[in-house]
Amino acid sequence: MSTPTALTKKDLVSSQEVRWCPGCGDYAILSAAQQTFAELGVPKEKFVIVSGIGCSSRFPYYMNTFGFHTIHGRAPAVATGIKVANPDLSVWIVTGDGDALSIGGNHVIHLIRRNVDVKVLLFDNRIYGLTKGQYSPTSEIGKRTKSTPFGSIDRPLNPVALALGAGATFVARSIDVYTTHLRETLRDAHGHRGTAFVHIFQNCNIYNDGAFENIREKGQREDNLLHLKHGEPLVFGKNQDRGIRLSGAFATEVVSLGNGLTEKDLLVHDETAPMSYAAMLAELQPPHGPMPIGVIRRVEVPAFDAEMRDRIAEFTAARGPGDIARAIRSGNTWEVT
Amino acid sequence: MSTEVSPVGTASARESIDRAVVRFAGDSGDGVQLAGNRFTAATAAAGNDLATFPDFPAEIRAPAGTLAGVSGFQIQFASEAVYTPGDRPDVLVAMNPAALKVNIHDLRPGGILILNLDSFKEVDLRKAGCATNPLEDGSLDGYQVIRVEMSRLTKAALKELALPAQTADRSKNFFALGMSYFLFNRPMDGTLRWIEKKFAGQEQLIEANRLALKAGFAYCEATEVFPSAYEVPAARLVPGTYRNISGNQALALGFVTAASKSGLTLFQGSYPITPASDVLHELSTYRNFGVVTFQAEDEIAAIGSVIGASFAGALGITTTSGPGMALKSEFLTLAIMTELPLVVVDIQRAGPSTGMPTKTEQGDLLLAVHGRFSESPCIVLAARSPADCFEVAYEACRLAVRHMTPVIILSDGFIANGAEPWRLPDLDALDPIDVRYRTDPEGFKPYLRDPVTLARPWAIPGTVGLEHRIGGLEKHEETGDVSYDPDNHERMVHLRAEKVARVADDIPPTEVVGEAQGGLLVVGWGSTWGSITSAVRRARTRGLRVSQLHLRHLNPMPRDLGEILGRFERVLVPEINLGQLALLLQGRYLKPVIRLNRVRGLPFTAAEILDKIIEIEERPR
Repeated sequence: MSTPTALTKKDLVSSQEVRWCPGCGDYAILSAAQQTFAELGVPKEKFVIVSGIGCSSRFPYYMNTFGFHTIHGRAPAVATGIKVANPDLSVWIVTGDGDALSIGGNHVIHLIRRNVDVKVLLFDNRIYGLTKGQYSPTSEIGKRTKSTPFGSIDRPLNPVALALGAGATFVARSIDVYTTHLRETLRDAHGHRGTAFVHIFQNCNIYNDGAFENIREKGQREDNLLHLKHGEPLVFGKNQDRGIRLSGAFATEVVSLGNGLTEKDLLVHDETAPMSYAAMLAELQPPHGPMPIGVIRRVEVPAFDAEMRDRIAEFTAARGPGDIARAIRSGNTWEVT
Repeated sequence: MSTEVSPVGTASARESIDRAVVRFAGDSGDGVQLAGNRFTAATAAAGNDLATFPDFPAEIRAPAGTLAGVSGFQIQFASEAVYTPGDRPDVLVAMNPAALKVNIHDLRPGGILILNLDSFKEVDLRKAGCATNPLEDGSLDGYQVIRVEMSRLTKAALKELALPAQTADRSKNFFALGMSYFLFNRPMDGTLRWIEKKFAGQEQLIEANRLALKAGFAYCEATEVFPSAYEVPAARLVPGTYRNISGNQALALGFVTAASKSGLTLFQGSYPITPASDVLHELSTYRNFGVVTFQAEDEIAAIGSVIGASFAGALGITTTSGPGMALKSEFLTLAIMTELPLVVVDIQRAGPSTGMPTKTEQGDLLLAVHGRFSESPCIVLAARSPADCFEVAYEACRLAVRHMTPVIILSDGFIANGAEPWRLPDLDALDPIDVRYRTDPEGFKPYLRDPVTLARPWAIPGTVGLEHRIGGLEKHEETGDVSYDPDNHERMVHLRAEKVARVADDIPPTEVVGEAQGGLLVVGWGSTWGSITSAVRRARTRGLRVSQLHLRHLNPMPRDLGEILGRFERVLVPEINLGQLALLLQGRYLKPVIRLNRVRGLPFTAAEILDKIIEIEERPR
């Protein structure tokens, strides 16, 4: 057994030259991950990074850990096999909006519902980059791309709502260049026992530049981001003078503080609140309100891999360890002499 | 049937015969499979060699009494070696007119036909689409028809239990079973014990089934309903301990044995599909062997999870049938590219598309050998009988781990569900499965190969100093880093091909049964082994010079195969497809072959193959 030795970011950098487009948001996420992984106290050889296909899925090649660049949309299946076969590993999936939500949608929902203890980093740039610019399942209606020259008619999918719908036990959101916040979010994801779903807005400066300008750029994001903090009221804005309160039974509204309205009138963030609360947060986004970032939901539910290990241990304790010589003789046997 | 008469300990005399074929047929809700399985167990206990063929509809409960709902179970048993479930039954038990209509044409002329008379009412005949009553229209004149009011007699036997009429009627399969036990002098005690265990906690049901079984036997004894009864003496099998086993059970045991001998954790990722699901059911009972079974969300995730488990150091297997094979193919190429060991079992069924899920076929040979995009070689093995599935499963695991590559096992619906006596193997005599994970970081390169097998090292996550990345992109020959170099790609294509080709060094010399050269060689693969063996034996008894060769290794093929084919003047290849092995043999060895192809969703009868052999060998030349 190796004891965790102090790692530095450099230890997590692989020998491979990084080949994303200059200015891609992926660089910032890679850097945040390398920095965070060094600080988690996990020996380097215990990390496994699994990806599918797409720009983001090149990620494992650049991390000096064990890594598996699999096939389009199927990283959750491979990651599940790895984690169940060896629950001691820290398994991370890196995926994109096309990989996870289009071709791999089925695997994502089943990974989440099973609550396999793996971390999912979903890089959402709302575009297909590697295939050179088609619209993705998160692209907004009317998006003009190479495959939709007259504007797309597909309704976009909300990744956070999808994860919640699948019964996610941990859902968080962050932004590629929001480095400190992203690192905190990755640490939170690591600390969760179960599937941690992290939705990361990531700018594709080639095919969809500026898609997240209002939440990504200094000067705008201060007014458009809602920082979720467990136990604190939903306040946002550069001057922290606006907030979210319940309007009617199942809706939220943005209000300005003052004129008799105080933080006491606002919703207070609760990571463990019923799913309906998290679903309300999932619906919030500009221009109708701020974009919530941080941990949206975090509840404790037994993880699939731990359950599997426990069931096997219980059964073995009850029956005794398997004996193959006895197993082949099970059922009716007879002797021929 | 022979006619030698020998007295038995009871008042009546029994004819001693050397073999018999019995088929039970009825509604899929009639408990026909249960009756067949119990008859099989009793027959095995009596020491006969045997082979079975359960044949059931895909519908779980098709409308009662209709042709679509007919389920059948056939068994051949003998005092000598048995290779197939038999061509034509000597005895047919038909529980209703639909079962009669579907099966009567198979009953051999003069055979015994046992009918449940209570199910031949007008409404039953209508459901079965009988224009006239077969009991009255003379269509059964060529058979020994035994008409028994099974429903009424069963209800009468169960009278004291005061069960609702419908419940009592459900035990009539045990009544029919009791009759067949009498007919062949099978002991009942094993079945009586089985009933107690199977229906534990349901006292009324236990009593009902026990009474019905005994009543069926006693009815025959008292009424002498059969003109004669039979005795099939025990077979002289190779000494050893035996059990009865189906192909799917044998696969599961083979995998668990391989895991146990190699010290690896067995990880099965599968998605339910007919006729492969039983392997998943079976393996999920082996938890105390550390076996992990994962029912994935689909066929793709099933093999994906197995590739992940294999990367993490487990012995990964996935089980499926044709439609699932198609879905798994992209992932299979990832396993080929990343050179990870795993076993994919394709239990073939009749296609294309959903086809006839419960019916057998050998249509996936070319899929297994060549059915992947690009140059994606894979080891392919085929099992020839239910018991052979054990050895093939074990061999597949051994080859996968030794050569660090995926292995496909071809089984099919016939041997998956069929059963035969299995002589338990000496576990110590099995080839060892040596597994060595790479642990030394010194000089480690993920794609540096073993000089003999060309296998790359198995370097599992968690090993200090061996951090590396693998994936679907083309690899540099040694480092495994991504490479687009044209010459490197060509070398890698050849390396992957050569790695699989070298498995041939691991294959024992090919066995030819009969003359080693000369006239006709019958070449088969997979589940046709039994029918071919019976046909070749009968042909040889007729004085024909016919030899037999049966392939287990379909890719690579044995090194001596081309040379052996060249020694024979004629080669016959019977297959339950349109000639897939024939195509491979002709393509690889430029040897013209004669094809025999039937695709009816059913195994070959020995007679079909024998007729072809006779046609070839006895025609003027």
